[in-house]
Amino acid sequence: MMRLDPIAAPSPARTLGLPALAILATIALAAGLAAIAGANPLETFGLIVKGAVGSRFATLETLNRATPLIFTGLAVAVAFRARLWNIGAEAQLYAGALMTVVIGTQLGLPGPLAIPLMALGAIVAGALVLLGPVLLKTRLGVDEVVTTLLLNFIMALFISYLLEGPLKDPMGMGWPKSPALPRDARLPRIVEGLRLHWGFALALICAAGVWVMQTRTTLGYEIRAVGQNPQAARFAGIPVGRVLVKTALISGGLAALAGFSEVAGLKGNLTSDLSPDFGYTGIIVAMLALLHPLGVVVSALFVAGIFVGADSMSRAAEVPTYIADILLAAALLFMVLAILLTRYRVVRG
Amino acid sequence: MTEIADILISASFWAAVLRIASPLIFATMGELICERAGVLNLGIEGIMVIGAFAGWMTVYAGGGLWTGVAVAMLAGMAFGALHGVLTVPFGLSQHVVGLGITLLATASAYYAYRLALPEVTNPPRIEPFQTLHIPGLSDLPWLGQALFSQTALTWAAFACVAIVALVLYRTPLGLALRAAGENPHAVEAQGLSVGAIRIGAVIVGSGLMAVGGAFLTMSAFSSFFFEMVNGRGWICIALVVFGAWKPGKALLGALLFAGFDALQVRLQQTGMGQVVPYQVFLMIPYLLSILALILMSRRARVPAALMTPFNRGER
Repeated sequence: MMRLDPIAAPSPARTLGLPALAILATIALAAGLAAIAGANPLETFGLIVKGAVGSRFATLETLNRATPLIFTGLAVAVAFRARLWNIGAEAQLYAGALMTVVIGTQLGLPGPLAIPLMALGAIVAGALVLLGPVLLKTRLGVDEVVTTLLLNFIMALFISYLLEGPLKDPMGMGWPKSPALPRDARLPRIVEGLRLHWGFALALICAAGVWVMQTRTTLGYEIRAVGQNPQAARFAGIPVGRVLVKTALISGGLAALAGFSEVAGLKGNLTSDLSPDFGYTGIIVAMLALLHPLGVVVSALFVAGIFVGADSMSRAAEVPTYIADILLAAALLFMVLAILLTRYRVVRG
Repeated sequence: MTEIADILISASFWAAVLRIASPLIFATMGELICERAGVLNLGIEGIMVIGAFAGWMTVYAGGGLWTGVAVAMLAGMAFGALHGVLTVPFGLSQHVVGLGITLLATASAYYAYRLALPEVTNPPRIEPFQTLHIPGLSDLPWLGQALFSQTALTWAAFACVAIVALVLYRTPLGLALRAAGENPHAVEAQGLSVGAIRIGAVIVGSGLMAVGGAFLTMSAFSSFFFEMVNGRGWICIALVVFGAWKPGKALLGALLFAGFDALQVRLQQTGMGQVVPYQVFLMIPYLLSILALILMSRRARVPAALMTPFNRGER
């Protein structure tokens, strides 16, 4: 078999070349998939790029799609940095969306008061949804991967119940959807006439905020220490449990803001298909960014572009839109392997 | 309460318990093998999807039912091999790789399905496994319908538990596998390869997970549709914990779990279903899984080297 030997000082060729190789491998795989579908790979790529950034409309669509992914990507990046495996961003997103709709439609507040309250309510709701699994982890040692995953299913059913029951829009013609937010409780557009709302700006601000938190604050240092070695962190006097709880509150709150931004900025109401797996895709976004908060912005734009481009491409060519999901999952696996090989050498024996 | 009693004495309830448990049993045994060897396999959910698709597609394309099961198993093993290579010799994060495999396998199944059937809105059906008539037993009053009216694949699920238990506890291979999950250095000291054992366990375990998925499309239902696995894989991970990493206990957990699932479906049709929203019933399996994890958190003994990569030479 083989063994891994650490490389003391990796050459630039290695640190840059291997990730580039991972990207090439992904592209090769995509070409293969398109060929299997009977399409010309180059044309397929062209259609994806054109669909993602080929027009002003396409680019705005990509920016809009990237917005929730920045939030969920940040949520995952913050948590994974502490080795807190939050796979429940989907549930936290819906908790945030739910709180946004409840505050926005039930309290009858004027817009300038409603919007900040909606955002705050969303953050609290998302944070609470993640708090449960984290307390189970720190107090009872229950693995958070499974509990956060299962909560996604429970939350989806809870939302479905609310949309068919107490939160159902009486004017909805029988569709399971919530009443719409009043006009003045919606996030305004950044530039009048362009379909891009302030949720995108908020996402960028959050990314910068997380970066500052991670690099300039004690909490950021503690999170990193806990993630690198919990035993050593405990030995150094860091309250590991408390750090994990704080991480969870930030992570859950960020994921919930994705729900807030989708409802208040884009959709205006809550439906059970608000999120096409934004929570799960956030994991890919965060991993491709190597958990770096500013990298999350870039990687969310890239991932959103692939999805928007593939949607548009599959309308023109006979290649199913799921090619995007395969590509991103493969990119994730290739990339983690490439990053490992920048630091280790494979030797026989 | 009489409603619950009525359900419990109906033969069809017990038949449903065995049917609902079958895919969970396969996948739980698969996950158990992986974890006993020291590898957490979060690819389970996606591997069940690819199994459900591959088995169904084989039969839809004209293959036999058992050929379908074999193809499903091979498809699962292929993704298992990828998981094994990335997590064992390369020692990459089992969380990240597992989730990546789930996304990759699920997307591959959906891609292939859309490629094969581009315009289909109503999922086409196949002729699934039929109830196996066991002379004598199947004709018993009540018991025959309750316990002995199942497809061959359900019997295979129970046989699978017996085989897994036998191999784990009664063979040198099983001993080596358990040791790889408890004390990998001891395995190396015996001159065996921890890497080979772990990769093998992940491949075989993934094959079983895929058969669990195939049960859904080839025995429980007769079509493939999106989202059909619906978190069953994650539930199986909870069942492994609930079963304290022991095949027999995990089987009990799967049956208990299937019992609650069969019960909730039937309770929806009673007076209770008029009062309580159906979503509450559907939540029960997921809530029970979390409850099982909480109950077992203090008691179960996790394989000591679970999620610890082994790099020879490192001490």
